[in-house]
Amino acid sequence: MNVLLDNFPAFRDGFIGTVSITAVSSLIALVLGVAVAGFRVSPVPPLRYFGTAWVTLMRNTPLTLLFLIFFFVVPEILFPGMSPFVLGSLALGFYTSSFVCEAVRSGINTVPLGQAEAARSIGMTFAQTLQLVVLPQATRTVVPPLSSIFIALTKNSAIAGAFSNAELFGWQKLMSDKGYDIVPVFIWVAIGYLIITFTISGLFRLLERRMEVAR
Amino acid sequence: MSGVSVTKAAEDAAPEANDLVVLSNVNKHFGALHVLQDIDLTIARGEVVVVIGPSGSGKSTLCRTINRLETVDSGAISIDGKPLPQEGKELARLRADVGMVFQSFNLFAHKTVLENVMLGQIKVRKADKKAAEEKARTLLDRVGVGVQADKYPAQLSGGQQQRVAIARALAMDPKVMLFDEPTSALDPEMINEVLEVMQQLARDGMTMIVVTHEMGFARSAANRVVFMADGKIVEEATPDQFFSNPRSDRAKDFLSKILHH
Repeated sequence: MNVLLDNFPAFRDGFIGTVSITAVSSLIALVLGVAVAGFRVSPVPPLRYFGTAWVTLMRNTPLTLLFLIFFFVVPEILFPGMSPFVLGSLALGFYTSSFVCEAVRSGINTVPLGQAEAARSIGMTFAQTLQLVVLPQATRTVVPPLSSIFIALTKNSAIAGAFSNAELFGWQKLMSDKGYDIVPVFIWVAIGYLIITFTISGLFRLLERRMEVAR
Repeated sequence: MSGVSVTKAAEDAAPEANDLVVLSNVNKHFGALHVLQDIDLTIARGEVVVVIGPSGSGKSTLCRTINRLETVDSGAISIDGKPLPQEGKELARLRADVGMVFQSFNLFAHKTVLENVMLGQIKVRKADKKAAEEKARTLLDRVGVGVQADKYPAQLSGGQQQRVAIARALAMDPKVMLFDEPTSALDPEMINEVLEVMQQLARDGMTMIVVTHEMGFARSAANRVVFMADGKIVEEATPDQFFSNPRSDRAKDFLSKILHH
């Protein structure tokens, strides 16, 4: 029989699981990434060191290892009893934040130094300069790489499935355990991912076009 | 005898209270280059000081140290009696009182002309939006670009952009205005429109420190000319004295190169 129709509730749960993990960890990655990028260009040395350390640590740790740490070490020493969904989103969000940070920083570097100097010379603080003058002008450069980063995040969310999260890729394992033919299973999984990733790239293309008009 | 010395002391003290910008014994290095060497300079309230000198003499750097866009290695700078603080909120507050006009205008590219002049008022001076807009429009009219208010900087000519930059600085009600080669990036035909705005500003009694190559402006608007070469202040004089009868050989050499052809 049809693998999708027979097991639609499980597929739907998996799809929703992937969408939720992607959405939550994207938000975490975006907020953290922009903040850490701010740290990395800040005039305060300790903040800069923290930013560099954060990126080095998160970007160079294999994602699976990061998941292992979040699921088996973090609950032991910090917050016991967090749900797999929260732990998975945090791991993925922290990991991706390092990539977001570097994309944002490269955008910041494309804004001429004179813009920040002018902002500082009329009395803006570092945070105001970044928020009101530099970041808005960096956004245009940052949007295209961010789109790739969030698509990568979507696919990376499959690892959360191995850590007791219901998500799209985990449905594949469920189906093959039930003895379904593997090829149609994978095709349905792929279509599920494509729906999400196409939505992301569509949203970003829309964003890019809107910013072109704004100038 | 003692009466004379008392009078003398009082005379010495009087201008000190009137000193707005004081640099004492300022030194700065860029790597091996000693770009500012033992600079002592005092600018009184309402004074227009023009800094001239050959390229690489440190005059732009001098201008930028006054609002701490460049840090100094040693020496002290104070504005209105307050020494320049370290980077942070206090420095930001002090910078708001020091207007700066750059060679390359540096208008905020993502904001309209009007927003450029409003932004500092709203975010730094915490003025309300309506008052800020009113003031911005008045200032833009004053520098002659009122009709361009809703355009973006890239749509304006260089001269217009620089006049907007002057309006943006004036919107903060600065105690002193720094001009870092304000006309050097302009086409010749646009230089005058900027200089006229600056001249008007000087007539209105604004304290100004102007780094420039415009000798005409130095002659007509300056109270004092400071001539710099190789990181040192070589000569300070009134424009008349300086242009007609420079004392130092370095200044004579500089003037002979720029005035006679």
